Amino acid sequence: MSLVVDLFSIVAIGAGVFFFLAGTVGLLRFPDPLSRLHALTKADNLGLGLVVLGLLPRSESLLAALKLVAIWALVQLAGATAAQLVGRAARRKGTAL
Amino acid sequence: MSVLQALDIGLAFLVFAVAAWTIFAPGAFAATVGYVVYGLLLSLVWIRLFAVDVALTEAAIGSGVTGVLLIGAAARLRAAEAAGSERSLSGPSRLLVAVLCVLVAVALAGVVLLLPDQGPSLAPQSMQHLPETGLGNPVTAVLIAYRAFDTMLEKVVLVLAVVGVWSLAADRYWGGAPGEVRAERPEPTLAFLAQILAPLGILVGIHVFWVGADAPGGAFQGGAILAAMWIIVMMARLTEAPQTNAFWLRLAIVAGPLVFLVAGVAGAIFAGGFFAYPPGLAKPAILFIETFMVLSIAVILPMLVAGPPRREPRQ
Amino acid sequence: MTSATLAGLVGAALVGLGLYGLIATPQPLRKILAFNLMGSGVFLVFGIVARKGAAAGLQADPVPQSMVITGIVVAFAASALAVALVLRLFEAAGQVTLNPDAWTKPPGDGAQPE
Repeated sequence: MSLVVDLFSIVAIGAGVFFFLAGTVGLLRFPDPLSRLHALTKADNLGLGLVVLGLLPRSESLLAALKLVAIWALVQLAGATAAQLVGRAARRKGTAL
Repeated sequence: MSVLQALDIGLAFLVFAVAAWTIFAPGAFAATVGYVVYGLLLSLVWIRLFAVDVALTEAAIGSGVTGVLLIGAAARLRAAEAAGSERSLSGPSRLLVAVLCVLVAVALAGVVLLLPDQGPSLAPQSMQHLPETGLGNPVTAVLIAYRAFDTMLEKVVLVLAVVGVWSLAADRYWGGAPGEVRAERPEPTLAFLAQILAPLGILVGIHVFWVGADAPGGAFQGGAILAAMWIIVMMARLTEAPQTNAFWLRLAIVAGPLVFLVAGVAGAIFAGGFFAYPPGLAKPAILFIETFMVLSIAVILPMLVAGPPRREPRQ
Repeated sequence: MTSATLAGLVGAALVGLGLYGLIATPQPLRKILAFNLMGSGVFLVFGIVARKGAAAGLQADPVPQSMVITGIVVAFAASALAVALVLRLFEAAGQVTLNPDAWTKPPGDGAQPE
């Protein structure tokens, strides 16, 4: 049983790391700020969600697991707001930021 | 090489690389953003050093509030940077400075490598007297019980910084509110963030302060989170910065060190020594002092970020 | 090489880097940034001293840790005052350079005699 749980954790965290990697590659390779924001927000929110999912079976208590999910929700909130503001500033100034 | 060793080496390289970017970045704004990232990575290094309270403080104050301060300043100084009347160091001088800085770094690295494996430590004494203070977190005990005088003087330094920042106002603005006159409508995106985050953040800040008696946390970290919530509500223009001649503001700023000093003097009267706590009443006294410390920090940090008054005082 | 030694070496490197930035970059705001970098490097060297004092069931000596916490707060207070000075100078004089030649010419618009 614990082997299944460990395997699930490894697969989920591995998938999360892959999405983080994809987001970083997008940040470095995309041509302008708006597409870079797209890569960052999509990949990083999904990446963090998968990492949190992989860590949920390993948490000591229900409260710790709820805290992990709350952290993911807060990071999404902050990331979405920052992406909105950066996108608006990028569009207002042309493409140079 | 174990996984943790690989993590340590990777983290060390990353911290140094981001710090180098902060120094050599082309513009001040990019350098400041690099500094915020550097601060967060530094918090991870502090966790690897098993200093979790320091990691919390570095993330909250060192990287968070300092980052807000510096990013605001970098944005406002963009016009000065574009004017470009700076005279850089010439090539040979720059090389000499680089060589001397490398020498300083190598000397410090030599000191670090020559440290003995097990050094002198005050940990045994700290743990020995911990039950008398009623606390479970030795770092909080050192801050509020063993070295309470240092912490009180640190609060006084914060008050002096506020006085220094406010005294930079033009004469006609003394007593007014910081910041330009804002538009009436709140800024929608930040208002959404502030309305969802602020209640949650206040809860988290009070929790981090309260739990600091027995687990990593404490007054500075909790106070910094509360300060961040007020800063974001002010940035979203949901509320205005208060006037600096408001009595409640000045009372809140001074409350922390004042209560601390009164507790120290009361210790001299009731418990036999300056900053001694009466036995059995140590933990309630410590929590009482810390409550006012959190109030002061939560009010002082946003005032330091807001800057000197820039509007005439009303009435 | 333990994690504490590695962190101490990074701290030493950061002190050297911050010192170079403090001396070699001409803009005052970036000097403040480099000074903060140097300060955090010094705190890291303090951190390795704390880690080497692990005893009595604790993983790190609590006294240097509390000194570093105090240091971080005081460094923020100093940075806030320094940034306020730089911004006030820019507001009053229209420029914020440390280059003495730029001050003998008449300042740009924005100078307000108080």
